[in-house]
Amino acid sequence: MSFAHMVYLLLAACGLALVSCKGDPPIDTYTKKKILVLGNSTEPQGLDPQIVTGVIESNIIRALFEGLCVEHPSKQGIHLPGAAASWQANDDFTEWTFQLRKDGQWSDGTPLTAEDFLFSYQRILHPDFGAEYAGMLYYIQGAESYNKGEATDFSSVGISAPDPYTLKIKLKASIPFLPDLTKHYTWYPVPKHIILKHGTIDQRNTPWTEPENIVSNGPFILKQWRLNDFIHAEKNANYWDKDTVKLKGIRFLPVSNQYTEARMFFNEQLHATYGLAPEMIEHASNHYKKYLRQETYLGTNFIRFNVTDPTLKELKVRQALALSIDSEAIITHILKGGQKPAYGIVPPTEDYHTPNAVSFDPIRAKQLLQEAGYGGSKKLRVTLLSTDREVSKRLSEAYQDMWKKHLDAEVSIEQREWKTYLSRMSELDYQLALGGWIGDYPDPTTFLDMWKTGDGNNRTGWSNKQYEALLATAEQTKDPEARLRILEQAEALFLSEMPIIPVYWYTTNYLLHTSVKGWHPLLLNNHPYKFVDLELSEAN
Amino acid sequence: MLRTIVSRLLQGIVVVFCLLLITFVLVRLMPGDPFSGEKAHSAHIIEKNKERFHLDKSYPEQFAVYLGLLMQGDMGDSPVKEQPVAKIIEHSFPASLILGLAGITIAIVIGIPAGILSALKKNSYIDYGTMVIAMAGISIPSFVIAPLLAGHIATHVPFLKVAGWGDPFDWILPALTLGLGTAAYLARITRGGMLEVLNQDYIRTAHAKGVHPAIVVTKHAIRGGIIPAVAYIGPAFAALITGSFIIETIFQVPGMGQHFVNATKDRDYFLLQGVVILFGSLIVFANLAADIALVMLNPRIRA
Repeated sequence: MSFAHMVYLLLAACGLALVSCKGDPPIDTYTKKKILVLGNSTEPQGLDPQIVTGVIESNIIRALFEGLCVEHPSKQGIHLPGAAASWQANDDFTEWTFQLRKDGQWSDGTPLTAEDFLFSYQRILHPDFGAEYAGMLYYIQGAESYNKGEATDFSSVGISAPDPYTLKIKLKASIPFLPDLTKHYTWYPVPKHIILKHGTIDQRNTPWTEPENIVSNGPFILKQWRLNDFIHAEKNANYWDKDTVKLKGIRFLPVSNQYTEARMFFNEQLHATYGLAPEMIEHASNHYKKYLRQETYLGTNFIRFNVTDPTLKELKVRQALALSIDSEAIITHILKGGQKPAYGIVPPTEDYHTPNAVSFDPIRAKQLLQEAGYGGSKKLRVTLLSTDREVSKRLSEAYQDMWKKHLDAEVSIEQREWKTYLSRMSELDYQLALGGWIGDYPDPTTFLDMWKTGDGNNRTGWSNKQYEALLATAEQTKDPEARLRILEQAEALFLSEMPIIPVYWYTTNYLLHTSVKGWHPLLLNNHPYKFVDLELSEAN
Repeated sequence: MLRTIVSRLLQGIVVVFCLLLITFVLVRLMPGDPFSGEKAHSAHIIEKNKERFHLDKSYPEQFAVYLGLLMQGDMGDSPVKEQPVAKIIEHSFPASLILGLAGITIAIVIGIPAGILSALKKNSYIDYGTMVIAMAGISIPSFVIAPLLAGHIATHVPFLKVAGWGDPFDWILPALTLGLGTAAYLARITRGGMLEVLNQDYIRTAHAKGVHPAIVVTKHAIRGGIIPAVAYIGPAFAALITGSFIIETIFQVPGMGQHFVNATKDRDYFLLQGVVILFGSLIVFANLAADIALVMLNPRIRA
């Protein structure tokens, strides 16, 4: 064979390789295979439901595990049976009985019993295990004492299993929203027989969550985990409701750069993005309207005051600063994501009416500042603690400008990287700081409990006994309606003292491919994957 | 020669140890810890976790425990990712190595011939053109080049993806982004080295003897002219295989570069220490390899 022939052959091979690469866009291939490809921001901290603490992990764990109740695919507040076939509460919602389904099993075929739940709750609450999110189970009688090592006998915790398929939970207060809590991953069961095979009940970081070891009870099972590349889950053949599950697999990609993620979506590599940068929202709205999703999200953005600071302990100063924030302008010009101006800390729902305590009123703001003794040569000088995130930078500059314009206040911005920012806030080493909170479950207490004295998330130095008394009264109130009215009073009191300025209620902005079916807006963005399907869209 | 290598290796161990010690102290002096997050955790939980990673002990005690682990070949566990550091590195290093090798290949294939051509055509349009391109290559940062390549090349070429790391075609754009800057730098260094050699007496003598100009360049000039480039390639190679945060995040490459940045941000002490040991060792070895190559190219150094 001559040299020329070899070159021709090589070129032909290259050509063939290139041609073979043409064909369906990647996403159509995945759609045909019924594999959902999702952008999931960053590499998860882990896949042990009792160790992780974030939304990113929750998105994956929700596919692999299932709690007692399951989210309805489209209706908020409706609880579908999960590991439990049915449940009932006593009159004051302090004692709950869950009947586990008899056909429930782990992905290796081992029956899922109440013993697994007892083990799981003992593990997450075990004082030596050190679960960061153990507090999510403090609603259970005796759970906090056991977790803090004050009680050593787990039988003192209000959980029992009278028979293999009955789970009884005694709560320390009236919790009508317990089914919502059981949808949180901290309440999911973990496989006792597998965890004990790889370590002890109080041991972390054992290899039980590796693809070759893991056993789960959800609609999918972990098949492959390539660090920083992808996590692939496949349909669980032993799942009790496998006929409902249409997808054959889900692939989670840790795409941390939002611009990369959007490019991947537009290049048809993803079915959905995790988020969307504000500049891209406008672009998507103009050019890719059919893919853009803007949905209410259970979260509030606010500004914290350090109320122990000599300048900011004066209520009128805090009120003046609050009334000079034009949330509408911030949403329109900076965020562009359909957020709503916040007038309270708890996002309003059908049943809960957030007290309307804050609105943009620069004239009143100026009056309040004058009443506080500022004006003329005495200027208000404060520092705003911010983070190095792009949106935080822009928000800080907007606040600085608004306070300058409406109050003639001199505001300097201290931009710190994330951990330093958190550390400074926790030590009350700041005057004003940007902040935000995402609810763990759809109940006002997820936004109100954090402002109790000494709560690690308070970070304002604010404390009010009357507020805490109202929360305690709500805990003991049997009537759910009356309970919400008391919580509204608590929030009104909180806002009247203004340890924070509510700025806006969150939305999630992301791109969703038209081939994805059964994916509906949900307040916590916690879509139950078992109801999701993929169909080639007409445009394709 | 062997004595030199052993001596350099011993020096390298000291360098890596010092790097580790400095990193160990500095990262602990930063505010925050691996366990702090937006949602605060109970004090007793944080204490328990600090105890688990010996972070409740004094710095010297912590360092002694860590050295003890290293002696057993264990880099410890990441307190943030709840996985052994060695496993994280083992999973990330192959992508960085592939990307680095592809990047350095592109840099050498483009940079050295461009530098030689530029030197041979000194003060011509070819020289000016090449050097303008090289200057642009050095000046334009990768976070500008990468999105341009992803947005304008990948979207028009069917076998390229805008981001991802599934098949060998996915290596092309990140390697090109990574290699172009180094290629530009190499071109300038090679040009400088070649110009110096081309003015030497022995080159003039070769020309005077009537040796074919191509032989003069390939046999006599290049050997001496690329010495500065070779000295640069060693550390450049180490820098390329240790990854790039920007390129990895833009092209979604599961490499090492992001660990260096994220471990610092997350106060993931053990992962950062592990990555520093690896990066330090690679730089020591790359410098040693460059020195050995220089000795082979320049017999005068052997003396």
